[in-house]
Amino acid sequence: MGTITFFVLAVAASALAVLVFVVDSMARATFCLLGSFLAAAGEVILLGLSYLGTVIVVMMVMEMVIMAVFMVMYMMNPAGLMPMSMVHNRRGSLAIAGAVFAGLAVGIVAIRWPTTPRRRPVPRATFELGKALMGPHMLTMVLLGVTLFSTMVVTVMLAVSHGRYDRLGDDLKGPDR
Amino acid sequence: MVEPAPWWAVLVVPAVLGAFATGAVLASRLLAARASGAPSRPRAVLGGMCDDVAGLLVSRRRTTLASDLVLWRLGVVGVPVAAILAVAVVPLGHWVVDDLRVGVVWFNAMEILTWAAVWAAGWGPNSAFSLVGGYRMVAQGLSYELPHMFALIGVATAAGSLQVGSIVAHQRHLWFVVWMPVGFAAFLLSVLGFSFIGPFDQPAGADLAGGVLVEVAGVDRLVLAVGRWLLLAAGAAMAVPLFLGGGLGPGLPAWAWSVLKTVGVLGALVATRHLVPTVRLERWAPLAWLVLLPLTIVQDLVAAVVVLLR
Amino acid sequence: MSIQGFLLLAAALFSVGLFGVLSQQSIVMLMMGLELMFNAVTVAAATFWRYLGPGSPSDQVVVVVAVVAMAVEMAVGFAVTTAIFRARDVDVVDAATDLKDEP
Repeated sequence: MGTITFFVLAVAASALAVLVFVVDSMARATFCLLGSFLAAAGEVILLGLSYLGTVIVVMMVMEMVIMAVFMVMYMMNPAGLMPMSMVHNRRGSLAIAGAVFAGLAVGIVAIRWPTTPRRRPVPRATFELGKALMGPHMLTMVLLGVTLFSTMVVTVMLAVSHGRYDRLGDDLKGPDR
Repeated sequence: MVEPAPWWAVLVVPAVLGAFATGAVLASRLLAARASGAPSRPRAVLGGMCDDVAGLLVSRRRTTLASDLVLWRLGVVGVPVAAILAVAVVPLGHWVVDDLRVGVVWFNAMEILTWAAVWAAGWGPNSAFSLVGGYRMVAQGLSYELPHMFALIGVATAAGSLQVGSIVAHQRHLWFVVWMPVGFAAFLLSVLGFSFIGPFDQPAGADLAGGVLVEVAGVDRLVLAVGRWLLLAAGAAMAVPLFLGGGLGPGLPAWAWSVLKTVGVLGALVATRHLVPTVRLERWAPLAWLVLLPLTIVQDLVAAVVVLLR
Repeated sequence: MSIQGFLLLAAALFSVGLFGVLSQQSIVMLMMGLELMFNAVTVAAATFWRYLGPGSPSDQVVVVVAVVAMAVEMAVGFAVTTAIFRARDVDVVDAATDLKDEP
């Protein structure tokens, strides 16, 4: 049962990932990517990390919807109604990506891994993660927080061309209130 | 106290959810008929709903030029599917399809699926109004989502668990709504938001000739409309174990308490739909981010302090 | 279901993402490739947690870091795209070669 689920999800994740760069319509590309992420999240749940897998589903759906908005904004041809090529150095990229996969695959197959999971998935995996983030890995968590905060400031600075004083006037009362 | 139901519960859950949704639709139509002076006898209202459903079942689907049929159908079907998947973790009395260890996060994930589904349903037909409706859903989602998440975080903090059954068990002495009223209010607002009903119906707004609904006809329209009301019912059903003590209560059996409380929440949501006018998104977004979000964070702080002192 | 299977999946996702990053001209498509590479990291970290984890949740922390990195990459990427598009009407990487060492 687990093996079948693994194969179905693995094939779905890889095939949808390839489709992202094959389909003409950017909306479909985004949803293919979303499908690939959902399948990969299924694999993470299958590995016993149900909390992280579900969180990945939450994050990825939000991210991909927002990505779809930006893609319609910035692509000349978001619906793929007039197919056009937007790639450079296709052959070189294929060669490099193929070589990387081959190298990784050789490593994966050649190394003698432990054949069985060293430990059963613990039911308290989520609890362990929380304790780790609030304990020994507190520094990681703090850094993530600071990074996210600075990201918010930086992205707003970069993306906003005019702020609330432009919209609402110097007294922030606004023309329509 | 909450235990997994046998396998056939998978078939019963959509039926129960559908019954709640039908009740909500009937109540809503009754209120609308009464307000407009139309015949409001229960029989007339029921007949009107059956007429509309039958009309949608026999009318043709609409096709548009250069539509993205795959995403369109996926989006339309995705809305009811997300609602049904979401209630898989909601207990009815002692029964639940699967009391997942991460039930709260699961519900959140399924609710967010509606963003993608509604956006795809708006994108699909290659129609400007429809796409604007899809965009409005994204803007609305970004506004209600963080208060919604913080409301869920408050509940999870108070119970010390993400498992819905355990959350219910922690309300044995006191319902969470008593000391987390802000979280409860934020949750109910977000329920109206993700089912885009009532004050938050801008994605399907009348000013857009129906928004995401403008190009869907026939059975597609039925599926999308049913999906909205299923989402509303799913949200109301989830509010019960999260804030109102689930099946806990004196006298009656647990399932009866669950049903009663769900009907109560659903009734309040339907009444809100008829009492509160549509809120424009450019007014709702600042309100959500500047007022509701800080309030829910303070609510979580209260929950955390109570848990520490207890 | 074996460690090799999961890691091969991660390698495949990583390589497909790498192909996208190297070959796509549009900045948005390039970011889709980056996301796929992060996704591979997530799958690999979860695999190592299951099969090699010496009883510590460190691999789970790696997953959290990868997910946060994805979010930051998306946010900063779109902000930069917006800024450069607004300033110069540029939406493909070939037109944004300011840091290239011109001969």
